[in-house]
Amino acid sequence: MGGLSDKKITLNLKIWRQQDGIADGKMVDYRLNDVKTDMSFLEMLDLLNERLIREGEDPIAFDHDCREGICGACSLMINGQAHGPEAETTTCQLHVRKFKDEQTIVVGPFRAEAFGVHKDLMVDRSALDAIVMAGGFITVATGNAPDANAIAIRKENAELSMDAAQCIGCGACIASCPNAAAMLFTSAKVSQFALLPQGKIEARERVRTMVEKMDDLGFGNCTNEQECEATCPKGIKITNIARMNREFIKSLF
Amino acid sequence: MTTSKLDSNVPSGPIQQKWDQHCFDMKLVNPSNRRKFNVIVVGTGLAGSSAASSLAEQGYNVSAFCIQDSPRRAHSIAAQGGINAAKNYPNDGDSIWRLFYDTVKGGDYRSREANVYRLAQVSNNIIDQCVAQGIPFARDYGGMLANRSFGGAQVSRTFYARGQTGQQLLLGAYSGLMKEVSKGKIKLYTRCEMVELVMIDGKARGIITRNVINGKMERHLADAVILATGGYGNAYFLSTNAMASNCSAAFRAYRKGAYFANPCFTQIHPTCIPAAGDHQSKLTLMSESLRNDGRIWVPKKENDTRPVSQISEEERDYYLERIYPSFGNLVPRDVASRNAKNQCDAGRGVGPTGLSVYLDFRDAIKRDGVDTVKAKYGNLFDMYERITDENPYKVPMRIFPAIHYTMGGSWVDYNLMSTIPGLFVLGEANFSDHGANRLGASALMQGLADGYFVAPNTVPNYLASANLQEATTGHEAFGEAEDSSKKTFDKLLNINGKKTVDDFHKELGKVMWEHVGMARNEKGLKEALKAIPKIKEEFWQNVKVPGQNNNVNLELEKAGRVADFIDLAELMALDALKRKESCGGHFREECQTKENEAKRDDEKFCHVSAWEHKGEGKAPTLHKENLVYKNVKLTQRSYK
Repeated sequence: MGGLSDKKITLNLKIWRQQDGIADGKMVDYRLNDVKTDMSFLEMLDLLNERLIREGEDPIAFDHDCREGICGACSLMINGQAHGPEAETTTCQLHVRKFKDEQTIVVGPFRAEAFGVHKDLMVDRSALDAIVMAGGFITVATGNAPDANAIAIRKENAELSMDAAQCIGCGACIASCPNAAAMLFTSAKVSQFALLPQGKIEARERVRTMVEKMDDLGFGNCTNEQECEATCPKGIKITNIARMNREFIKSLF
Repeated sequence: MTTSKLDSNVPSGPIQQKWDQHCFDMKLVNPSNRRKFNVIVVGTGLAGSSAASSLAEQGYNVSAFCIQDSPRRAHSIAAQGGINAAKNYPNDGDSIWRLFYDTVKGGDYRSREANVYRLAQVSNNIIDQCVAQGIPFARDYGGMLANRSFGGAQVSRTFYARGQTGQQLLLGAYSGLMKEVSKGKIKLYTRCEMVELVMIDGKARGIITRNVINGKMERHLADAVILATGGYGNAYFLSTNAMASNCSAAFRAYRKGAYFANPCFTQIHPTCIPAAGDHQSKLTLMSESLRNDGRIWVPKKENDTRPVSQISEEERDYYLERIYPSFGNLVPRDVASRNAKNQCDAGRGVGPTGLSVYLDFRDAIKRDGVDTVKAKYGNLFDMYERITDENPYKVPMRIFPAIHYTMGGSWVDYNLMSTIPGLFVLGEANFSDHGANRLGASALMQGLADGYFVAPNTVPNYLASANLQEATTGHEAFGEAEDSSKKTFDKLLNINGKKTVDDFHKELGKVMWEHVGMARNEKGLKEALKAIPKIKEEFWQNVKVPGQNNNVNLELEKAGRVADFIDLAELMALDALKRKESCGGHFREECQTKENEAKRDDEKFCHVSAWEHKGEGKAPTLHKENLVYKNVKLTQRSYK
């Protein structure tokens, strides 16, 4: 247990810079002094950006919004790990105290065939929306619903469904997978509904259309590397992939 | 002072029957004609996503816009604690009437009765809808939905999905949105910012957007425009809002004639993680549900810097339990926040800055065991530890109030239409349901009530009766709106001053927190009204916005938003100055009871203050909508 401190360190940053989606990119070195260890990783980048702006340089573009670890916007590869070294932690919740004075930190964008770079560290993840659009929903129009307690749902299933539903759609699983597979992301949504009675009616079509879309978009296959589970900031388990595979096979008959 | 334009359009009849009768009286659009109407929805949080999907399901053509890369990232996602509904599943005396009553009382009698009653009425349908969408709410062992009690309520009416209720509700609304996108009924525009409202013949007919990836401006025509763009808490720089949360859409509509109501009604949330230093970019909220089991205390002695382990039970002051024996730690947010400030002002604050109080789980862990506490609050405890590097299972959390929610917003009538015909405003962006203070777990309820059940009835009524003229995006109103936005962006890029956008935003935030924050007084508000125009003047002469307008330019986006925050901040301070009473989150130090509680002045201020923009550099005009209470008796709130 540490608590807050006044400690400041110096970091050597190597950051991916790329003008736009077409231009070539390169790593650029920045030496950053006076970084308080209580800063979050993104506040450290804010500090660098404020310096760059004052010096008349172009600040580094990166996605971020809630800075509470729930919106899924932040998406940095930090020293080769999606969201950095701390387990079950998004980039925005990672703090500088996890790094040492004079440490070199390499920062790049999430990469996959289906993700393009917009600028610097800012990535196009619209492919994930496309997978949801293919079937990641229950077809129930507003006003159609029966009383909320009309169907009892086993607590255990509700909890497992919630475990899967926690996915924040950041894409870390894909960026970490050697095959750039979107299996963990897709299976989390398939599982959430497969575990609930409300989701049973469309289960067959859902799993087939979502998997098909995932393949069409250029995401790879699962070869049980388990990198996705290791890197997921929400601790989503690969048992969801097994469940999706079972659902997929069931849907063929 | 006039009351022109401010007809609330509340239907007549008993409050219980108003909405049903109104739904019957409103005009309908024949199903085969609905595809002829286009509706724009700006924002894809709970209110925006639910309105977009519900209107699309009925057959209207919807265009939905969000600034994030995906609609699923809207800031509703960060709401933790839960959503209220009057289901009364726990059989503990809840009812629609009680939820209505509690919400009006919690809002310190500054909300519109009929709107609040409708909110309580449709609350039950929201839960039904959400369960049908597959939202994995917490359940008990019999498989039924679980409820918990939440700040300020004496019944258990809050439904929740661990500490991520907002996330689950938003993902439900998002799935409904994507369902309609897949059918082609909604056209989705991501990373798109609304920069101007377009009006033709005095009616809202479209918007101008800027694509944040390439700076391209686009024109969008519609028959009605819905703003569901959230609140303006980021006027304070530090708040629990997301970094991109902003007031620009609603404020640009204000400049076009949509009155802005009760801007000074802001909510300070009592349980946030205290700021660690000047580098702080935003504040993180810990769900209010923590107050169900955590006990708030400070050392009795002033400037007591001893570690917790050395402070004996007798030396601790559980001040909320002491002052408010019947509500204890569960007093409403404004009361809890002000008491924390009072303790810190008196020198009894804790932590390195002295600006925090303890929230202690020692007794809950002793009573229920670590596992039970972990099951209820595990993710919140983890989040706290990641940020502060302290383990809340072993030492008490430290909390301090922070700006969290804004009750004020665009003035809307009973149909949620602003003073601009055809411009509807939903969710946190409007002012209507929470009065001067919002109760916990009511924001999610209101966002979804507006989007799933209110707007899908009232927008078609407008479309059926508006008689709009044919128009195209070639209309001169689109050209003018686009030109004026382009000029603003060019101006910002050409100033090339010395200070960054954040420098100005932080400066503004300090003035706002100091003078228009948790406690306000005439002198401070007058100082704020002197300081803000100076910030504005310097901003437009000395801001430095690098780059161009044809590429990703996050500083340019931010600059446009901060410019609007500066103008809105001035309106907030002015509204706070004119409201010479305390009510809910608006605490005027001059107006307090002997017990230091907010003292309302119902004779002079039982009204909504709606501000009309009169042009750049001109003072806005104040309009009043008198609030009439026929069903709830106005009393001095007391939580003793």
